[in-house]
Amino acid sequence: MSYELRVNPIACDGHGLCAELLPEVIELDPWGYPILISAEVPPGLTEHAKRAAAACPTLALLVGKATGERG
Amino acid sequence: MTKLALTAHRSPALRLPRLLAGISYYDIASLRDHEERYGPLPLWGTSGRRRPGRLIDVVDASGLTGRGGGGFPTGRKMRSVAAGPGGAVVVANGAEGEPASCKDRLLLTRLPHTVLDGITLAAHAVRARSAYLCIHGQETELRDALEHALAERRAVGLDPVPIQLRGIPGRYVASEQSAIVQYLNDGPAKPTFSPPRPHQRGVGGRPTLVNNVETLAHLALIARYGDRWFRGAGLPAAPGSALVTVSGAVRRPGVYEIQPGSSCGLAETARVIRYLADENAGQCGPCMFGLPALADAMADLAYQGCTGRAAERVATLAGLVDGRGACRHPDGAVQLARSALRAFEADVRRHDQRGPCPAAARPPLLPVPGEADWDWA
Amino acid sequence: MVIDLHGPGLWYTTRAAGLVTLLLLTASVLLGVMTAGRLSSERWPRFLTAGLHRNISLLALVFLTLHVGTTELDTFVSIPVIAVFVPFAAAYKTFWLGLGAIASDLLLALLATSLLRNRLGYRLWRCVHWVAYACWPIGLAHGLGTGTDRATTWVFTLTVGCAAAVAAAATWRLVTAMRLGAR
Repeated sequence: MSYELRVNPIACDGHGLCAELLPEVIELDPWGYPILISAEVPPGLTEHAKRAAAACPTLALLVGKATGERG
Repeated sequence: MTKLALTAHRSPALRLPRLLAGISYYDIASLRDHEERYGPLPLWGTSGRRRPGRLIDVVDASGLTGRGGGGFPTGRKMRSVAAGPGGAVVVANGAEGEPASCKDRLLLTRLPHTVLDGITLAAHAVRARSAYLCIHGQETELRDALEHALAERRAVGLDPVPIQLRGIPGRYVASEQSAIVQYLNDGPAKPTFSPPRPHQRGVGGRPTLVNNVETLAHLALIARYGDRWFRGAGLPAAPGSALVTVSGAVRRPGVYEIQPGSSCGLAETARVIRYLADENAGQCGPCMFGLPALADAMADLAYQGCTGRAAERVATLAGLVDGRGACRHPDGAVQLARSALRAFEADVRRHDQRGPCPAAARPPLLPVPGEADWDWA
Repeated sequence: MVIDLHGPGLWYTTRAAGLVTLLLLTASVLLGVMTAGRLSSERWPRFLTAGLHRNISLLALVFLTLHVGTTELDTFVSIPVIAVFVPFAAAYKTFWLGLGAIASDLLLALLATSLLRNRLGYRLWRCVHWVAYACWPIGLAHGLGTGTDRATTWVFTLTVGCAAAVAAAATWRLVTAMRLGAR
């Protein structure tokens, strides 16, 4: 079961908690907004990804089952 | 059958059009039309007061450069041909090899006498004993128009050195200047190794002046109006006007007479990207902050430069912003920026190292809307 | 252990639990302001602020339950259970107790929507969270109005301290928000 990450750029307000909680996959650009290094959640980091999504103050980080489709 | 859209760029303040002044959509300008507009052929030296080389001085002072793509200073070329051991040759290159270009065809079919004047004046200035006008052999329409014009001139004995019309093969490289010279020397129409260059040893081993027909047309007007007149248009570094062919997905394709360097591609791009940056919806961080930063970087490259890093910064920001908005708005701006870096590569390097070109300070060309309505409803 | 339903033990517990609830709620508000203001450093990441805000709010609920529970068990004053949730349903100090009920309801709504945020969606949660800002000042007023310790200096000082802290934080937040515009 693999999961994929997506950022809703409209909801995102650049709080940056996601990058703190999932630094393996999420980096911040110069203005504090997330850059997804990979859309797929690496194996073993699923719980961390879900925690990061739950921690987002605006619920802009989404973790969903990998569909294989491009957003 | 090639269709031509004839439009002259009319701009009273800049005193254009010049070459294309009075051009007719349908008719060839006859010798009489030509002389009515420009006056008779000003062959200097007939009164004995002016020496043939005087025209070379004037062309030198005017800053005229080759309009066939090479951009070599015409006065300098003429001087080196004239400095040869005599018996020079003038070759007018009307073999427009570039498929999408029709500016030379336009001149030759509608304003042949301007070009032919230029050939005769140049021949006189470099003391040439032969003169050729070369076109691609398969261009029958061109050939007919030119033969008619030449007949008009022969009837009144206008050209001391008769101008010989020559058809050359239709391949792209056949119209390169050394290829033409080799062909006129009864060889294949292929470029040759230099040295020697045509101005040293060309047709028949003699110093040969090879010029694009548009260059010679400008020369014909410079001979009448002088170097200061010529410099009245264009920039100090790129004086005079030039013909360009605009085609493709544009509203008004055609041949335009413009002032060279009238717009800096980087400056125009910077203006458009600034507009796009201002037009962001204010919803997504990367677009809200990244596009203005990209616009700043592009403006820096276009108007400041000199740091050696401006282009790099544009490229970095483009990569940061690409694909990170909810819609494709930032992607569009990124594509524009990236294509500008590619298309204006030479300018990018110069701007980065030496600062903006004079064209960057010119009034803007593209229409970019001013304050937006800010109406989201 | 036998709970003395007549002696002052329960009463002390109620007052103490109420005070701790106030302190915890004050801390929660301050942490909330920190979250919104993105206050963080190398050693103090943002998820720590957010996590503390959440956990301290939950802890406040624990002490609130203790506060309400001991009030109910205490037979010195009879307060119907319904008055815990329905404002102004008690006979004793109707208004001030009513405020307490309101504050409790708001806190419960806050916590419930926060825990179910993923399912409820951001907008509903945000709406409730905004309304629930009222929880803290109403709770403070309830404490001042019902509290029998208001005359005690240290309790009063503590209350004033909490108020000052929240006032300062709110001012800071307003000022920085105005200066930064969007954020």
